[in-house]
Amino acid sequence: MGAVAAVVMSASTFAGSAQFAAASVLDAGGTIVAAIAAAIFLNARYAAMGVTVASLVPGGRLRRFLSSQLIVDESWALSGRSGRFEWPILAGAGLLLYVVWVGSTALGTVVGGLLEDPNALGLDAAFAALFLALAFPYLRERRALLAASLAVAITLSLTPVTPAGVPIVAAAAACLLGLRR
Amino acid sequence: MSDVWIVVVVVGLATVLLKASGPVFLGRRNLPRRVEPVVMLLAPVMLAALVTTQTFGGDGEVSIDARVPGVAAALTATWRGVPIIGAMAIAAVVTGLVRVLG
Repeated sequence: MGAVAAVVMSASTFAGSAQFAAASVLDAGGTIVAAIAAAIFLNARYAAMGVTVASLVPGGRLRRFLSSQLIVDESWALSGRSGRFEWPILAGAGLLLYVVWVGSTALGTVVGGLLEDPNALGLDAAFAALFLALAFPYLRERRALLAASLAVAITLSLTPVTPAGVPIVAAAAACLLGLRR
Repeated sequence: MSDVWIVVVVVGLATVLLKASGPVFLGRRNLPRRVEPVVMLLAPVMLAALVTTQTFGGDGEVSIDARVPGVAAALTATWRGVPIIGAMAIAAVVTGLVRVLG
């Protein structure tokens, strides 16, 4: 992924895990469709998060549309810490994160360009650690842990028999466990 | 347009629409009660799948190599409350060391 594409993606897809997911699928030799599907599945949660704060977002349609872009995992989680969602906290944290996020992506493309083979340094494992740390807070809930384990099983069993990227997309089926009462 | 740019544009547009869907289109209504838990499970499920391919994925096979001790160390660190960037550094250092020594 080129430097300009990375920065544009940070500015437009303000949702880090989806960016890394798409990059990870492409890097492994997966198709564009698999990369897009993995990223969109990962970001589908924003629809649900948006619903939880929908009644708090101030202003008319345009302002609500723009404000809603400040919803990311961290700003959403912070704003709900008191037990009910508070829009000013979400908006403030979201704006701050946006600036830091786009800025550090730009910095990363400069530093990354200096490295010859990032994987030799163990950066592939660092990305696994990133996804793991992002998943961790969800796994306290028993059903999420169960669904995540099922996703691991699906991914491992499909990896030897399907093209890269397909196992990740297929693993999304594990979320149907949510239909169980 | 190159493959990377197609992904950047499509994922960008989709993310913007997903975020806006609640506040702009739904107003004060809620997601159907049966659907919400499914949507909320998507994030842990996709992240678990990504951890798996990023740790064990290879050229069309499941491989166990220097990444495994690195990710195991990062898991322990995360468990103990080490922040994300620290866990990433630990994974990189352990895996890098195993590669150099192995």
